[in-house]
Amino acid sequence: MVENDRWGNLLAHLILILGVALVVFPVYVAIIASTHAPGTFLQGVMPLLPGSHAVENYRTVLFEGRSNAGAPPIGLMLWNSLVMALMIAVGKIAISLLSAFAIVYFRFPFRIFFFWVIFLTLMLPVEVRISPTYQVVANLGMLNSYLGLTVPLIASATATFLFRQFFMTIPEEMLEAARVDGAGPWKFFKDILLPLSITNIAAMFVIMFIYGWNQYLWPLLVTTNDRYYTVVMGIQRMVTGADSEPLWHLVMATVVLAALPPVLVILFMQRLFVKGLTETEK
Amino acid sequence: MARIVMDDLHKVYSGNVQAVTGISLDIADGEMIVLVGPSGCGKSTLLRMVAGLETITSGTLTIGDRVVNALEPAERDIAMVFQNYALYPHMSVYDNLAYGLRNRGVARAEIDRRVQEAAEMLQIGDYLKRKPRQLSGGQRQRVAMGRALVREPSAFLFDEPLSNLDAKLRVQMRVEIRQLQKRLGTTSLYVTHDQLEALTLADRLVVLNAGRIEQVGTPMDLYRRPETVFVAGFIGSPAMNMIDTGWLAGQGAMPDGLPAGTDLIGVRPDDLTLTPQAGGLALSGQVVLLEPAGAESHVYATLSNGQTVTLRTPGLPDVAEGAAITLHAPREALHPFNAASGKRTG
Repeated sequence: MVENDRWGNLLAHLILILGVALVVFPVYVAIIASTHAPGTFLQGVMPLLPGSHAVENYRTVLFEGRSNAGAPPIGLMLWNSLVMALMIAVGKIAISLLSAFAIVYFRFPFRIFFFWVIFLTLMLPVEVRISPTYQVVANLGMLNSYLGLTVPLIASATATFLFRQFFMTIPEEMLEAARVDGAGPWKFFKDILLPLSITNIAAMFVIMFIYGWNQYLWPLLVTTNDRYYTVVMGIQRMVTGADSEPLWHLVMATVVLAALPPVLVILFMQRLFVKGLTETEK
Repeated sequence: MARIVMDDLHKVYSGNVQAVTGISLDIADGEMIVLVGPSGCGKSTLLRMVAGLETITSGTLTIGDRVVNALEPAERDIAMVFQNYALYPHMSVYDNLAYGLRNRGVARAEIDRRVQEAAEMLQIGDYLKRKPRQLSGGQRQRVAMGRALVREPSAFLFDEPLSNLDAKLRVQMRVEIRQLQKRLGTTSLYVTHDQLEALTLADRLVVLNAGRIEQVGTPMDLYRRPETVFVAGFIGSPAMNMIDTGWLAGQGAMPDGLPAGTDLIGVRPDDLTLTPQAGGLALSGQVVLLEPAGAESHVYATLSNGQTVTLRTPGLPDVAEGAAITLHAPREALHPFNAASGKRTG
């Protein structure tokens, strides 16, 4: 253990502060940039203090948009992103809970085989299987729909594996006590497993929400109608879509708004986390 | 309230592992039966077969007047107390007790009445709103008991319910379980590896070994007249001394009138004395250890064949470690066995 060594402490903190600064600085720049007037960035010097156009910029991004610069109002895009992230997170958790439940508590033929098949999909993320997946989604007529945006991303080996590991730590007597108490499989799942898994579900929700929110390539492929555009691809379109110079002040305002929901999810879920941790016990 | 009849029960696990091999037992209504044996003897498996948590490979099991082989645990009208209590950690004590009743569709008022009654009986009324982790080991044990009580089942099944408690609490809970069981008059099956628990709780004791019954009887029957070498060695503490008759003959110290086929003599540490007994057993040896234990003392002596025998005597005997000693036992206190068959010879 490190004793109360003053210089050691100082050095450690210096390195940590440097690390934090490295991560936080770009975020800071983005926030600052979103408060300046259009012309500021074309001068080649980055201002490091807030400008005076914050309200105006955010209002433009949220309500007016600049359609000639590839920037419609982002309200709809934020909504689309939210729907997609929620559907992916909830869908993944629901499917993973059920498949983990099946694998841990039921003896069916080829149980281990199915577990490994699920596990194998870890090696096939969307990017790898993107053409066949696109083909399937297109044939099912799910292009330009919320289902098309989310269904291919819902199957999750990671979450299945996590829930499986958790279920296996629950003592077998718990299941037996429930059986003696007259709880069938479904009741056991609903009354015992689900409440005990709350912390894990919360953790998974945070991870999966951010995963869904940050999807870029897949929404870009399956949506051609701006009714279904998500905010992450919207940012990209704002940068590359316009004939003029990118409107950096608006791009940055969009970036800040796009980063906000994941941050809120983490902040909110953190409380649930702690609650779950302090109130349940295996 | 029910009679439980086991008829030639077998349990074979995959890989042809024989856990229970042909157990037949008739348990009377209201009787407290204790299954006892070393680990791996099949006692827990047998209990779980009765509970319905393990399938029965062959044989029939009857609870009350129903054959329950194919019934789910919840349909067998039994209640079980688990070794680690298996309380639902996210439910309050009240919900833990009520859960099984709710699943069976018992009316709300009736659930409340039964929970309150059980809570009062077990003195856990003050904890009904707490979660299991806020309770001590003894309180959790009571909640686990309560969960069985509220069911008002025809049989209680106990799977080593006291082994997670400290020694003092174990004695207290043992007494309470026995009183409760007598008061309710519910047929009970109790598994333990602790022979003191077994002796004190049981109406009848069943000693299991390697998946079969060694002997069934009242605790005192088994203590006074063990029918096999295994039971003789398992029941009683300190364990019974086993003396080889070949060595006794060589010493010219054979007791009188042993039945034919006897080649092993068992004698309880309590039955050994320092005063000579005519026609009985006399063992000469050397004291290796004197162990005072308050009201009684244990004397360990080594015989000339290297075997150590134990003597239990009240108070503190006048022997010195290292001194020569002769231990005696009256003829009627000897248990003659045949080593090859493991059976008593007379």
